[in-house]
Amino acid sequence: MNFWQRLKSDRLAVLCIGIILGVLLLGIFAPLIAPHDPLQPNLKVKFASNSLEYPLGTDQLGRCVLSRVLYGIQNTVVLALITMGVTLFIGAIFGIIAGFSRGKVDEGIMRLCDVLLSFPSELMILAIVGMLGPGLANAVIANIAAKWAWYARMIRSLVMEYADKNYIRFAKVSGCSASHIMGKHLLPGVVGDIIVLATLDTGWVILTISALSFLGLGVQAPTPEWGMMLSEAKNIMTTHPAQMLPPGIAIMVVVAAFNFLGDSIQNALNPKHNQPKAVVK
Amino acid sequence: MRKYILQRSLAIVPLLLGISFFAFFLINIGPSDPAEVALRVNETVATKEAIASMRMELGLDKPFFARYGTWLTASLQGDFGKSYITKRPVFDEMSKAFPATLALAGISLLITICISFFVGVWCAVHEGSIGDKIVRGFIFIGTAMPSFWVGLLFMWLFAVKLNLFPTSGMDGFQSIILPAVTLSLTYICTYMRLIRNAMIQNQQENYVLYARVRGLKERTITKHIFKNSLQESLIALGMSIPKLIAGTVVVENIFAWPGLGRLCITAIFNRDFPIIQAYIVMMAVLFIVCNLLMDIICAFLNPRIRQGG
Repeated sequence: MNFWQRLKSDRLAVLCIGIILGVLLLGIFAPLIAPHDPLQPNLKVKFASNSLEYPLGTDQLGRCVLSRVLYGIQNTVVLALITMGVTLFIGAIFGIIAGFSRGKVDEGIMRLCDVLLSFPSELMILAIVGMLGPGLANAVIANIAAKWAWYARMIRSLVMEYADKNYIRFAKVSGCSASHIMGKHLLPGVVGDIIVLATLDTGWVILTISALSFLGLGVQAPTPEWGMMLSEAKNIMTTHPAQMLPPGIAIMVVVAAFNFLGDSIQNALNPKHNQPKAVVK
Repeated sequence: MRKYILQRSLAIVPLLLGISFFAFFLINIGPSDPAEVALRVNETVATKEAIASMRMELGLDKPFFARYGTWLTASLQGDFGKSYITKRPVFDEMSKAFPATLALAGISLLITICISFFVGVWCAVHEGSIGDKIVRGFIFIGTAMPSFWVGLLFMWLFAVKLNLFPTSGMDGFQSIILPAVTLSLTYICTYMRLIRNAMIQNQQENYVLYARVRGLKERTITKHIFKNSLQESLIALGMSIPKLIAGTVVVENIFAWPGLGRLCITAIFNRDFPIIQAYIVMMAVLFIVCNLLMDIICAFLNPRIRQGG
């Protein structure tokens, strides 16, 4: 069985892919689906309970909670995916250059990665947001800066495997330029592995971005974002505790789906990992 | 063994230099001029002359590497400059907040170790049982729940609803329980999984087969497996002690715990650069030293490493 067949036969993985795609579609089409404007306060109906008009009720300013959760997908999940994409892009560029050129360039890039990775990533993010100041763009930049070095290192070791293959050697002998070999021959070889690595980490990125927003360092009010919504819910916890549930559950479901999917992908890649060796009992 | 420790200790010197340079560099590439920030936060009008004199006062008129040298030698002596806001030495502010964070992280670590080792080993021994399955479900939910949400739910249930613990602040032993449990939850999930998987993998090694063939008791075999799985878990634990301290940032902010994390977040909002800088350097040094200690402990436990190194 190849990788895709193994992944397809894993029901949990299919369910997770379904959940993730569904959430993404809901996020993209939020303007069409959401029953209300997520930013429009309406103090007459504040703290309304569940009804047909407001399926999840309203918050302290009378804004529709369902609409805010739906629009929050754009600010939480889509943002996390974009962050992931840029991180991978930068990591891939440095990783491929390091793995292909070897020698001094490789040495330089890898030592830089060593220093960056000697920080725990949580601390790195805090450091960069601290320097640049609070804000959505800065939170994303911090996430990228904290993670690219790790990907550069992983991608470098992937590239090293390919770099000695005969077709790369042939390309070199026949006089292809280095950039042509890296872009046309090495990148397609490693792209699958890169995507797998990224899936494992997306849940983590979602948690970090919403934690930053919760602390007030990321997305700023009144933008609907799940971490931000929880931060607002905290202030009215004693009177309206139910406000904590929708954004919290949303984060949990999406992160769990990414985590499960990451595990399934890993199992599908190394099927031996799951099969026990002969055990005598 | 002594040679190994010496080698490892020397290897961290360039790393420490790199990190100190990085922390210093970050402040200087920031979009805001520290001199201007220092004036703004004190609500002084930032005229050109005021900025110029503040630059002199902070030594910003000197070249970059000269400033780095001055800062590094001062930092090595524990002088991280003065806070822009309170005008008190950063070192004093940090040492005032440090015990609170240390207590929180220490108790969380204790909870984490006790629960995760016990449950992890139990799950590996009873692999596939109902209890194991429940724990695995709990692990997956636990790793997906953001700690700030867990903190809020705990606060609502135990402090607001049941009124067992205070909601926030540092006031006696009772107030540390909620933040410590919240903080340790993520780590408990990670370690339970780690220990369980390490033990299950070890069960398939040849030495276990040999022990079974010799007819040793299951209890003795479990003990062997546990010892062999310990190394991997210890390394991860060493790596995560600084992470735990860095992770206090979120929890301290929820429960208004007067520790380093809260100090750092307040400093970020106030653009109080010297405090942020000192916090970063301190955490990074802590991280490296913990890694070094864990490497040495592992070398004690496993002779193969120290002979190879």
